[in-house]
Amino acid sequence: MTVEAHTESLALARRGRPRFGDLALRVLSGGAVLLVVAAIGLLVEEVVSNAWPSMSKFGPGFLTSTVWNAVTDQFGARYLIEGTLVTSLFALAIAVPTAIAIGLFLSELAPRRLRAPIGLMVELLAAIPSVVLGLWGIIVLGPLLATDVEPWLHRNLGFIPLFSGYPSASGLLSACLVLTIMIVPIVASISRDLFESVPGELKQGALALGATRWEMVRGVAIPQVSAGLVAAVMLGFARAVGEAIAVAQVIGSANRAPSSLFGQGGAMAAWIATQFAGTATSLQRSSLYFLAVILLVISLATNLGAQLIVRRIGRRMGTRA
Amino acid sequence: MESLATLAALAAVAVLGMVIYSVARRGAPALSLDLFTKLPGVDPFGRPTGGIENSIVGTVVITGVATAIAVPVGVLVAIYNAEFASPRVADAVRLLLNLLAGVPTIVLGVFMFGLLVIGRGQNAFAGSCGLAMVIVPVIARSTEEVLALVPSSLREGSMALGASRSRTMLTVVLPTAVGGIVTGTIIAVARAAGETAPLLFTTALFASAVSFDPRQALGSLPLVIFFDSEQPSQFAQQQAWAAALVLMVVVLVGAIAGRLLSLRTRRQIEKAR
Repeated sequence: MTVEAHTESLALARRGRPRFGDLALRVLSGGAVLLVVAAIGLLVEEVVSNAWPSMSKFGPGFLTSTVWNAVTDQFGARYLIEGTLVTSLFALAIAVPTAIAIGLFLSELAPRRLRAPIGLMVELLAAIPSVVLGLWGIIVLGPLLATDVEPWLHRNLGFIPLFSGYPSASGLLSACLVLTIMIVPIVASISRDLFESVPGELKQGALALGATRWEMVRGVAIPQVSAGLVAAVMLGFARAVGEAIAVAQVIGSANRAPSSLFGQGGAMAAWIATQFAGTATSLQRSSLYFLAVILLVISLATNLGAQLIVRRIGRRMGTRA
Repeated sequence: MESLATLAALAAVAVLGMVIYSVARRGAPALSLDLFTKLPGVDPFGRPTGGIENSIVGTVVITGVATAIAVPVGVLVAIYNAEFASPRVADAVRLLLNLLAGVPTIVLGVFMFGLLVIGRGQNAFAGSCGLAMVIVPVIARSTEEVLALVPSSLREGSMALGASRSRTMLTVVLPTAVGGIVTGTIIAVARAAGETAPLLFTTALFASAVSFDPRQALGSLPLVIFFDSEQPSQFAQQQAWAAALVLMVVVLVGAIAGRLLSLRTRRQIEKAR
């Protein structure tokens, strides 16, 4: 840093002013940053201004009303918000333990030679286009759920309202599972990186004190990275809430209360994907933009929260080192 | 507990295998020369026939334009962060890029619809801009990482020889880092090629003709899959699987190649230290 500053001051002394090329690169690259800032600003402005007619007409009542009716021009998002929450949270409930276990496997348990190839395969799961996963969800996963999984769940867990009802090939459960497949790789690769960041002395110290590998993981590794795991879960949640295409393909697109996972339902992002092209009134389109505003708020807030947690960890690690 | 962790990893690999297998098994029979060289049409009985040439060309054009927009922006943002920004500003820029990467792609879709489609009609350029917003944060992040790997001795050597910052950047730092930038781009573009949501309202009403003009709405593989999978016709379903197979192969090959190459270039740069 000081060397750079020094050479720069030498250059300045020699030329008396910054070189043209330096100035040009600075302006050009600064311009690119401004372009990104402007794009994000424009994004917020455009989405909010298109949502404004609906926001000013329905206000907060939009969040609690269950009606979505283009004939009477009444719109409310309650079922869709509930559908988004139910599918995302249920997906998280399956994905988080699985993904953390995969992270542990890749960082602690797997034979060294297998770590890279299995890690790559988990990452490839995230690379499959969501539209392909959705197609697979409709045609392969859906029928399997309808004929085998859902009847079994109904017989054994039917006392829980979410697990009762008539089996169907498309519905909330398909959406949950497709979302699970999408979140697992994200949370898994973050948690692998987190576990790998745990200092070796700590792990070896625990093992030297006679802890088993599992006790070391539970007592040392997981507490060390718990904040990071929370951030990973938040990122997974944001991903699930924002996924439109695969969910639209499998969820059945009905504005209904998500009372049973077997039934069809709706979720905000998927609802935009299926309804946007065929809007009958301008207020309907505006209401879809309102949904986009809600999605934007959730995703920005969740991502911001996760970033702040990551930053705090970074600072803590920095001061300790 | 340890066996459960192993089981979880096996399950993830098994799901990957299952998806790839079912797409390959259903898509492969529908692969034919016609798929790549014929346009979609209807036969005299009103049944869909033909191929998806227009959508394959469209996907190439749309992602090509998106890449052409996103690569310079992403690389320049990384250069700004590496060369000119104070630590605090660089931190803020990184935060912003992460937020952009977290914006749901369907929101990018309705944004581009409002910005570039209302009043103009659908056009592939609007879809490309949406995809560019997906690509920029990925490229900016990976480029910044690679720039940080370039040994400072190289930089200092160049500057000690009297080269300006910009000359050092263009003739020493970027050429050293170019492998990493290319692999980051491959990964980002492979991901963008499979995105559906930014195209759904911007370039979905496309004609059954091959066109390279981004001012028109162009077809794309993701939309073929999305729309054909909802068609009752068996032919359309087969075509959806074939399109899914083509798209998946492109995306996975890109993802694998990008990751393997990136390991190699990183090792090379580190060797230069």
